[in-house]
Amino acid sequence: MTHALAAKGPTASRPKPAEFIAFAVLAALLAVAPFALYPFFLATALCFALFASAFNLLVGYAGLLSFGHALFFGGAAYIAAHVAKVWGWPPELTLLAATAFVGLLGLVAGALSIRRQGIYFSMITLALAQMGYFVALQVPFTHGEDGIQGVPRGKLFGLIPLGDDRVMYYFVLVVFLCGLLAIYRIVHSPFGSVLKAIRENEPRAISLGYSVDSYKLAAFGLSAALAGLAGGTKALVTQSATLTDMHWSMSGEVILMVLLGGMGTMTGPVIGAIFVVAIPEVLNRIGGPDFAQWMTVIQGAIFVICVLAFRRGLIGEIAARLRRTL
Amino acid sequence: MIPLLGISTQALFGQLLLGLINGAFYAMLSLGLAVIFGMLNIVNFAHGALYMVGAFAAWFLLTYFHIGYWPALILAPLGVALFGMVIERTMLKRLAGLDHIYGLLLTFGLALIIQGVFQNQFGASGQPYPLPEQLKGGTNLGFMYLPTYRAWAVVFSLCVCLFTWFMIEKTRLGSVLRAATENPELTRAFGINVPRLITLTYGFGVGLAALAGVLAAPIYQVRPLMGADFIIVVFAVVVIGGMGSILGAIGAGFMLGIVEGLTKVFYPQAANIVVFVIMVAVLLVKPTGLFGKKL
Repeated sequence: MTHALAAKGPTASRPKPAEFIAFAVLAALLAVAPFALYPFFLATALCFALFASAFNLLVGYAGLLSFGHALFFGGAAYIAAHVAKVWGWPPELTLLAATAFVGLLGLVAGALSIRRQGIYFSMITLALAQMGYFVALQVPFTHGEDGIQGVPRGKLFGLIPLGDDRVMYYFVLVVFLCGLLAIYRIVHSPFGSVLKAIRENEPRAISLGYSVDSYKLAAFGLSAALAGLAGGTKALVTQSATLTDMHWSMSGEVILMVLLGGMGTMTGPVIGAIFVVAIPEVLNRIGGPDFAQWMTVIQGAIFVICVLAFRRGLIGEIAARLRRTL
Repeated sequence: MIPLLGISTQALFGQLLLGLINGAFYAMLSLGLAVIFGMLNIVNFAHGALYMVGAFAAWFLLTYFHIGYWPALILAPLGVALFGMVIERTMLKRLAGLDHIYGLLLTFGLALIIQGVFQNQFGASGQPYPLPEQLKGGTNLGFMYLPTYRAWAVVFSLCVCLFTWFMIEKTRLGSVLRAATENPELTRAFGINVPRLITLTYGFGVGLAALAGVLAAPIYQVRPLMGADFIIVVFAVVVIGGMGSILGAIGAGFMLGIVEGLTKVFYPQAANIVVFVIMVAVLLVKPTGLFGKKL
């Protein structure tokens, strides 16, 4: 299929220098960040940033708004926690297992949900994720309301122990950058161009002879697998997997990250994720736990403001001002 | 008591009745969603939150103003409808012509705000709402005990659903509404104030949700998150039934409520997911939904 595409179909969009610079600046900032901020907090934030970027691959480039990505994030966290704790697998194999499992799960869920379009697609993904939530509540290995606690981080390649938060952070940073590069490659490949064509005008893409459904399914599977990579990594960082990661509010949170940062931008979801993760911390500092209670309300308000006032998101607005893709 | 397949008829019919009640709420909520989607092209994610607000409005009226169940049955939906119309005029209206997903995101944000405020005020725990005096007690039918209020809830919601169907399909107002759904520009050209019709439709849809909330208040406790999980099931019902037909939405709602009730009796572990499993099956067999038109 790829051969045929390369011959007759779209060409890869050329990587833009501005995008590349933004990426390099981001990587450099993240490399020195643990000297200024808690590495544990940063590592968690990076997991969410990867999750948001994976989600953006689907909503920003294929135009498919999934309302059930917590299924993949939380599902992978459970798989990773179980594999690392009960089977004693090393971190690299743990992440591989979680990513592969959730990728397959994504193909199944994707095959079902792309049978309908538009808002129905969103409602189906939401319902499927809710089903997964109830399954996770009842199957024995997830330990119900308690979740899986005390997950060992293990030794990377049997050599580097990840117990220290700072070491763990740099491991997460590498995973994150690899994930982001993968997304960058996907978006700028011929495959990515077809996805954007489907987003802009699906009937036209069909009439041009593209098998739109297989493209959507592939995008869904890739996005799910990368979300799984993020979820598995998060399980190792926090050393736990709980129902919170599978709840519909998590699906909402990842949408918020991407919406706030900017749908269809490379760096937007990362910035959005850092904002959304940082807000409760900052609120806690300013006003104590009483203030942090208002988190849900604040998130809701950000949704409303973003949709009404700046639909392009933070990075999207800046990019529009600079007339560059970021 | 006659045991049937190893299960007492008492338990069986009790769950069946509860399923029927849930089905009635599914029907009322998906009906409201369908009407709103037809006119505004928006999937109202705040529907579950407004169902909860309806229940809380009844509770407020009773606790602070000593206004009982019967006036609340009218006042609470009216209040929520007004609130909804303000939301439509100030926010949803600006989304006309944009992608569907923005409506979904905006109403999701509104649901978070509403639920968050109530949660901060009341915590996660429930407030009890007493049964109205006239509907206390019940009748022994021989094979089961029928609580009067539950019977009332089913019969009343069925009447509301059928009344809505009659209004939309058989009256002049309904035909105007359907015309505006089909072709708003042309309907305006006939001198009909379509924007006002849209606002009223949204008010009516969320009013229905609030009415379901008031009906639910004496059966379930009034909780800030009572609508949050509920709306997801309603979405699955909408996917199964399709939003194309009014009677389809009503039928799918009642049917799925009953199936859910039966599952609670025969295989309780699956009661939470049975609606979703049916949704998957319907997607595999008939992706457009049982009564739906292709979108």
